[in-house]
Amino acid sequence: MVRVEFLGPIQKESLELEAKSLRDIADILSQDDELKEWLRTSAVAVNDTLVSSLDIKLNDGDKISLLPPVCGG
Amino acid sequence: MLELYSGPLDVPEILKRWYENEENSNYGAYIPFVGTVRAEDSIEALSFDIYEPILDSWFKAWEEKAGQKGAKVVMAHSIGDVPVHTSSYIAAVFSPKRRVALELIDEFVEDFKASAPIWKYDIIKGERIYAKDRSTCIKGSGLLGEVK
Repeated sequence: MVRVEFLGPIQKESLELEAKSLRDIADILSQDDELKEWLRTSAVAVNDTLVSSLDIKLNDGDKISLLPPVCGG
Repeated sequence: MLELYSGPLDVPEILKRWYENEENSNYGAYIPFVGTVRAEDSIEALSFDIYEPILDSWFKAWEEKAGQKGAKVVMAHSIGDVPVHTSSYIAAVFSPKRRVALELIDEFVEDFKASAPIWKYDIIKGERIYAKDRSTCIKGSGLLGEVK
């Protein structure tokens, strides 16, 4: 199982999912209509490192975070 | 040095302490940027969420970048509500010579706006509203939205 966390303004509880890669996560989350816009605009981190490929392999216990558009300061 | 505070920043205390910390470090320039919450669009305050693990690694990368130029970056930011006419953000650069500090404070503050994992909300009539239109997608966003 991996854990998916939604940060900042995404009003959604964390999920525990079975997934072997980020592509699996994308397939599962894209079925949720409420998440569609967030998926298009959010960056993704695996274990607190930002990533840029869906082919990243996931291991049991990994943490995936969705980071929606930011505005500090 | 990255400092996070609940609520507004004590600007004089922070600027003074940072100054005194480096007084004898032989830096020729100390350039602070102080961000103040303006009264506009009927807001009472701004409010902030921060994701600390990624903010920490973003900031560490900037410490290294500044260090390679003999400079030092420091930053303070608020978590939670920050009323109008108070400060939510201070960044500063120390460097041996002014040019490096002037350039770094510009790059640092701009990258902060584009990349630091901080989310801003307007507080209007007690309601907390995500400042979506003023927010920027982090580089590489949309990865999970590409799948059909």
